[in-house]
Amino acid sequence: MGKNGKLWVIILICLFSLPVLISPAFADVSAEAASNGHAWWFWPIVLFIVTFIMGIFAVLGGVGGGVLYVPIISGFFPFHLDFVRGTGLLVALSGALAAGPGLLKMNLASLRLAIPVALIASTCAIIGAMIGLALPTNIVQISLGATILGICVLMLTAKKSEVPDVPKADRLSSALNICGIYQEASTGEIIDWKIHRTPLGLALFVIIGVMAGMFGLGAGWANVPVLNLLMGAPLKISVATSKFLLSITDTSAAWIYMNKGCVIPMMVVPSLVGIMLGSLVGVRLLKIAKPTFIRWMVIAILAFAGIKALSKGLGF
Amino acid sequence: MQEKTNDLLKATPEQLLYARILEKGMYLGLLILFITYALYVFGIMDPYIPLDKLSNYWSLSVHDYLEHTGIKAGWAWLGMLNYGDFINFIGVALLAGVTIMCYAAIVPTLLKSKDTAYAVLAVIEVIILSAAASGILAVGH
Repeated sequence: MGKNGKLWVIILICLFSLPVLISPAFADVSAEAASNGHAWWFWPIVLFIVTFIMGIFAVLGGVGGGVLYVPIISGFFPFHLDFVRGTGLLVALSGALAAGPGLLKMNLASLRLAIPVALIASTCAIIGAMIGLALPTNIVQISLGATILGICVLMLTAKKSEVPDVPKADRLSSALNICGIYQEASTGEIIDWKIHRTPLGLALFVIIGVMAGMFGLGAGWANVPVLNLLMGAPLKISVATSKFLLSITDTSAAWIYMNKGCVIPMMVVPSLVGIMLGSLVGVRLLKIAKPTFIRWMVIAILAFAGIKALSKGLGF
Repeated sequence: MQEKTNDLLKATPEQLLYARILEKGMYLGLLILFITYALYVFGIMDPYIPLDKLSNYWSLSVHDYLEHTGIKAGWAWLGMLNYGDFINFIGVALLAGVTIMCYAAIVPTLLKSKDTAYAVLAVIEVIILSAAASGILAVGH
C-alpha cells in the first residue's frame, strides 16, 4: 500500500471512529454503564483515543487543540463543563509550552510583540475565567456554542496575508520598538517587519483574553487574524507568536480553574498525551494530506459541536 | 552589513533565556506528570477518590464535586500529596508555573540592556500571574 493509501486508511478510520466515539448515544449509554460498574479505565482510554484523533485533525485543520477539545468533550462526554474547561486550558497550555521554546529560538515567535499583548490577554483571561466560573453552566454552554459557530464563520471567511503591507509603524509600536527581521526559509528572502494599529490590536486582545478564560479555549483562532490582518505582522511571525502567546494567556486562566478545583488528573493526562501524540502524527500526515478537505471537515466538526453545545445549553 | 543582518536574525538574549527556561520547565513538568500518573493509575499510590468511584463525580459541577468529595479548593492539594491523584498536581503546577519563572528570569537581562519599559511590563506580568496562582482571585457559582 502506498503512502496515499495508508493516509486514506487512517483518515477513514478516524472518520468512522470519531462519530461513533463522540455520538450522544454512545456518551449517554457509556455514562450510564460507567456508573453501573464499567471498569474505571474505560473513559480515560476513550478520552485518549478521541484526543489522539483530535490532535491529528487539529494539525491538519490548522487549529489549536483547545478549540476542538472543549466543545467536543463537553458536548459528547459525561464530564461537567467546569472540568472540561480546566482540562482544555491545560491541553492548550501544554501544546503552547511544547512549541514555544523552538519558536522563540528560531526567532519566529517575537517576545517583544508578545509581552505587551500577553499582559492584556492574560489579565483579561483571569477576568474571563472568573466570569465563566460565576455564570450558570447553561449560560456558559450557550455562549460557548455561539462562540464556536462564530469561529466557524471566522475560519470560513478570514483571509491571510503572508507579509502585510505596513507603510509606517504607529507611535506606540515605535516607542516599544516592536519590529524584527526574519529569513523566509523557502525563498531565502530577508523580511523586515513592523506593525501598525497597535492600540486597536491591544484593545481586541481584551475580548480575546476574556473569551479564552471564560470558555477554556486556546485563542489561536483569534490571535492570528488580529496579529496578521489588523496589526500587520507577517503570517509566520503571527502564527508563531500566537502559539507562544497561548502559553502566557492560558497560564493565567489555568491557575484560576486549578485553584477552583476544576482539574481531575484522570482527565488531564490522557487528554494531554492523546493530543500531543495525535499532533505528532498530524505533522507527518501534513506532507501528504489535502489541507483544504481536512479544513472543511474540521469546520464541519466544530459546527456540529457548536450546535450541540447550544442545544445542551438550551436544554434540548 | 551582512554581519549586522545576521545579528538581527538571531533571537535577543532575553528571548533565548526565556526559551531555555521554558524548555526545561516544560520537559520537567511533563516528566513529573507522566511519572505521577503512572503511580496513580497502576495503584502504586492509593488515590483519595477510589478509581472505580471517580465516574460518580466528574459529571457534577465543581461546587458539588468539592462538596461531595470533601476536597478543598486552592492550594489544599499540597497537604494531600500522599494520595495518588493529588500527587499529579505537582506536574500540573509546574507546567502552569514555568511562565512565571521565565518572566522573572528575564527582568535582570532587560534592565541590563536598559529596556526599562519591557522590564516593567515583565514585572507586572509576574505580579498578575502570581496573583492568579495564589488563589486570591478565586470566585465561583
